[in-house]
Amino acid sequence: MTVKVQFDELRVGDELPPWSRQTDFMHWNRYAAVNDEFVPFHMDDEAGRRAGNQPGAFGMGNLRYAYLANALRDWIGDEAEIREIGCQYRAINQKNDVLTVVGQVVEKETVDGENRVKLTINVMNQAGEATCPGHAVVVLPSRAQLR
Amino acid sequence: MATGVDTLISPAMQDAKGKWGEPRVSPPIGVSDIRKWAIATYWPETPPQIYWDEAYAKTTKWGGIIAPPDFNPFAWPVRRQTPPASAQPVAGVRLTNMNGGQTDTFGAPMRPGDVVTARTRLQDFNERQGRFGLMLYAYSETEWTNQKGEFVRRRISTSIRY
Repeated sequence: MTVKVQFDELRVGDELPPWSRQTDFMHWNRYAAVNDEFVPFHMDDEAGRRAGNQPGAFGMGNLRYAYLANALRDWIGDEAEIREIGCQYRAINQKNDVLTVVGQVVEKETVDGENRVKLTINVMNQAGEATCPGHAVVVLPSRAQLR
Repeated sequence: MATGVDTLISPAMQDAKGKWGEPRVSPPIGVSDIRKWAIATYWPETPPQIYWDEAYAKTTKWGGIIAPPDFNPFAWPVRRQTPPASAQPVAGVRLTNMNGGQTDTFGAPMRPGDVVTARTRLQDFNERQGRFGLMLYAYSETEWTNQKGEFVRRRISTSIRY
């Protein structure tokens, strides 16, 4: 049993360990292949420019969303649950961007026996731009539940 | 970009507002569907065992492999589906469709063999002048349940068309 974070140990203000990927066609094409997301502006630079992005093709919002989910899963481990994720896509994921998921605990509460932790989350690019602000709720085991 | 029109909101969108559309049913989720999804979204790192190693997954609270929460069981339909009329802005205008964001609430995890049923309704929409001219913001709600009738996911999503 892999428990990475316990509810009792967390404090408001604690931060998610940073989780990064440098993205390009190798990542986008794999994502297109599993999600059947062959949208021209994710595949082709000319189509990207036609959609208003001068550098060319750009990454899927859904892939950044997956990065948020994956960063949360890697942090909480397999004995915890992801209850909610929300985000807005504010900036484009350009080719070769280094994207880093960040997050911070903003609230802890126990509701209906569930130990819920609310976080603000985001995907930052290498220029420090917040590309994907949002929030998440995870449900964590407590020390007592693990005894 | 929309030119020569005063509005992108179609009568079909007005009619559909708040009404659930026809349910869609996914094919059964395969172990390989989950494994490939996890590989693609963790690339180039190795994904967690919970998404591909049944022997390990059996030792966890889940009792077996689960899918990542963002997994899409509706990818790769055999027949291309035409979006419902309610999702189409005014006819004759060619638009770029962008994903504005989403909020998901998760219930039961998706597992190999699960069949997911989805229903969607257009919640609301508005339009305003933006960087690319007239821009239409549409908000929809999609609810997923599994073959046992368990709640799987609710998504509130924003689409931006211009």
